[in-house]
Amino acid sequence: MSNSGPHARLVALIGLAALLFSPPLVLIFDRPSPTGPSWLPLYLFVAWLVVIALAAWLMEHRQEES
Amino acid sequence: MRTEPVVLTVAFGYLALLFVIAAWGDRRAEQGRSVIGSPTVYALSIAVYCTAWTFYGSVGRAAEFGPSFLLIYLGPTLAMLMAPLLIRKMVRIASTQRITSIADFISARYGKSSSLGALVALIALIGITPYIALQLKAITLSHAVLVNYPEAAEFRLVEESFWADKSFWVALVLAVFIILFGTRHLDASERHEGMVAAIAFESLVKLVAFLTVGVCVTFMLFNGPGDLFRQVADTPELTGALSLDAVPGGAIGWVGTLVLAFLAFLTLPRQFQVLVVENVDERHLKRASWLFPLYLVAINLFVIPIAMAGLLLPMGNSDPDSFVLTLPLSAGIDGIPLLVFIGGLSAATSMVIVETIALSTMVSNQLIMPLLLRSKRLHLNSQGELAGWLLGIRRVAIVLILLLGYLYHALIGDSYSLVTIGLVSFVGAAQFAPAMLIGMYWRGATRAGATLGLMAGFITWIYTLLLPGFAQSGWLDATFLAQGPFGLEWLRPYALFGLEGFDIYSHALLWSLLANVGLLVGVSLFTRQSPVEQTQAALFTEAMNPGLEHTSLWRGQTTRGELKSLLSRYLGAAATARILANPQDSQADETPAPPALIARAEQALSGALGSASARVLINSVVRGEALDLESILSILDTTSQTLEYNRRLEQKSNELSRIGEELRAANERLRELDRLKDEFVAMVSHELRTPLTSIRAFAEILRDGRDLPEEKRIHFLEVVVLESQRLSRLIEEILDLARLESGRLTLSPQRLDLAALVRHSVDAVHRLQEDRGVKLEVDLELDEAPVIGDPDRLEQVIINLLDNAGKFAADDDPRVRLHLARHKHSFRLSVEDNGLGIAPDERERVFEKFHQIKRYGANSGKARGRPRGSGLGLPISRGIVAHLGGRLWVGDAPTLQGACLVMELPSAP
Repeated sequence: MSNSGPHARLVALIGLAALLFSPPLVLIFDRPSPTGPSWLPLYLFVAWLVVIALAAWLMEHRQEES
Repeated sequence: MRTEPVVLTVAFGYLALLFVIAAWGDRRAEQGRSVIGSPTVYALSIAVYCTAWTFYGSVGRAAEFGPSFLLIYLGPTLAMLMAPLLIRKMVRIASTQRITSIADFISARYGKSSSLGALVALIALIGITPYIALQLKAITLSHAVLVNYPEAAEFRLVEESFWADKSFWVALVLAVFIILFGTRHLDASERHEGMVAAIAFESLVKLVAFLTVGVCVTFMLFNGPGDLFRQVADTPELTGALSLDAVPGGAIGWVGTLVLAFLAFLTLPRQFQVLVVENVDERHLKRASWLFPLYLVAINLFVIPIAMAGLLLPMGNSDPDSFVLTLPLSAGIDGIPLLVFIGGLSAATSMVIVETIALSTMVSNQLIMPLLLRSKRLHLNSQGELAGWLLGIRRVAIVLILLLGYLYHALIGDSYSLVTIGLVSFVGAAQFAPAMLIGMYWRGATRAGATLGLMAGFITWIYTLLLPGFAQSGWLDATFLAQGPFGLEWLRPYALFGLEGFDIYSHALLWSLLANVGLLVGVSLFTRQSPVEQTQAALFTEAMNPGLEHTSLWRGQTTRGELKSLLSRYLGAAATARILANPQDSQADETPAPPALIARAEQALSGALGSASARVLINSVVRGEALDLESILSILDTTSQTLEYNRRLEQKSNELSRIGEELRAANERLRELDRLKDEFVAMVSHELRTPLTSIRAFAEILRDGRDLPEEKRIHFLEVVVLESQRLSRLIEEILDLARLESGRLTLSPQRLDLAALVRHSVDAVHRLQEDRGVKLEVDLELDEAPVIGDPDRLEQVIINLLDNAGKFAADDDPRVRLHLARHKHSFRLSVEDNGLGIAPDERERVFEKFHQIKRYGANSGKARGRPRGSGLGLPISRGIVAHLGGRLWVGDAPTLQGACLVMELPSAP
């Protein structure tokens, strides 16, 4: 693997997080669920946890490498 | 459970516990067993971001504005993801430059400018102190709710005297706490271990408290989240409460708040304090970059359920901000409300503690110290120790900041501008972001640009957020909000230049950052940096460059004595001894101080006083300048080129080893040649001695034997003559060889007919061969074979070849065959015999000097009366042919099956 690998992956993750937390995607999920209020909060929490899980994997994985 | 004495005991008992934890943390640090040396504690200390505003306010915000409260935590999540790239650089810079606060950071970046530092400190003071007031207010309010429930909280601050207000006493206790644990060291860039330990503990307390109340509300007041959200769905007023429609400003407001939280997380003084100044180890950032976002998820998990529950249940006209407290109170669950109160208290106190330390450091180092130093160098001339003074200034600042915060709270506690100060502070703090972030990556940002940008951003902030807030609080005429100042509609603070449809925070952020960044970049492009600025800019932008670590940047001259007295005046004798202590040099005070020592002294002063003041002080004793930009750049270039040099060096060394290999090979060859030369000399001596010995022997016989028969005498004389001829021939050959090898053989090449030359040579040797009984066959395919050559030398070669063949032909019926033919653009002359031939591995060796084929030892040749060769004929022949551009080699004999020597000469044009 090249040296820029971990950094590039981190930058990609930051981009992904910014994308997930911003309007175009946020708007898609902003619709009422059949059982009640908007899906938006659920989507945000799920996206948030996915980003954190990816970050955790990336960071701890990198620790082993270095 | 909720009686006044119990609540007070628990609250102040909790504060006492903080003292114990902090004292324990400090003692552990002194023993060298730090409790904060773990990434988890670091992540927890960053959670000071979650203040009482989070603890109580998130629920209120969720109830009012839907999911927008999450943005306040998604922004920091993005920022923490960048920690290994961005915050790591900040930490690296801060630790090498001994940065004590964000004001110091910005001041140091722009040439250690004291005016810029003062500006940042001032903005922070104006923007953040109300935020502290908000925390104190939260304490007062939650206490009132807790004690007075179910009656509406009696919130009559103005009527109440301050000694009855619990938050006054909390502030007082906090002041003592901060003075005890926040100003232990003079060096503000050193870690406050005990304080950080207490903050981490508080982060745990508020998380546990919030999760408890969340679980309690969701599962005790409702039957789990499913039940809760079903009821929400059944309530028409609550449809849309959680969608983007509830967010102020819609999609634009969404992005604006996200960016705002991202920037503020990096620039709020308390965040800078815990993220950068209190960082013990850069590697902690890795763990914290996902652990802290996880903490944020956890503390926000139950915000929506609590908010929805509060809206669903009949709570009277309770403020949504108090739902966290009033929900468990209304359910009558014992103990939980007290836990919530402690959680809120921990959130508020942790924020107040860290923010006050950060602000007091800024105030003392960026505002007061520069003034004191400027006032006629008052303290430079006084001989007393100023270390105590410095701590005193900081302690007074702490008390004053807390007092100011309390006054805000007591006097304008209920006003609009205080209630909304959370996000207003965020926008204020975000003004530091351009100067800080751009300054970290763009070397060209100048002090003038940063100062003007900051001022413009600050003024825009005041105009678009602070003044309208004052107006809404009723302190200003509110008409300018709707109609603009002086009736100028395009100057309306909430819709500047007619920009509408934004929420007020995104609006203010947009205009203030636009002004800020615009001026910073624009002015930087048209102004010049002073040398110090250039140096600092290079040091900041290249902070991750490994070459900078061991660079001393001072070139000036001073003595140890002067440095020592300066340090001891400001830092005290003990610290001075520690800084100057170096086991290697215990030199006298008069000796000049080395640059590294000056740099160390400046760093120590920076940690205590801020970089701007430290520079002034060092300048006062050091004659000469700090390293100029060229030197810095050369250091940087050197290091960035190191890799390149390494690569080239490797190439060179490869080349060298290759050359070494070649040299070794050449040396081998030289040794071989030397050996050959020795052999040659030995051979020559041997070859010369043999005829000489026989000449001498026969000559002596002739001299002594006077009565020898006549025929014997004639025979002996003949032998002498023959041997002399052989000797002279040998000498002639050796000379030829020497000339050939030294390149001094003179040939006179001319156009000649090889066929004619062959015929002539055959004629010359024909007789001799016949005498020896050798049958010579000549087969010339050509009548004419024009070549360029020296006729005498070529004839010598041909005769030599024929002579050799005759010698080595078979003993019985010796035959020699000469054949001349054209081969492509050259002529081939081959001479073969019917002898035993030459073994393939011997074929090249026959051209070595003095080489003689063993089979034809002296006996067999002599037996037939053929003269022995000298072993030089073939080497000489090959040299001559090579000189003429041809080749001579041993080939296969096609007809006679013996040895075959082939000479090839190019045909003449």
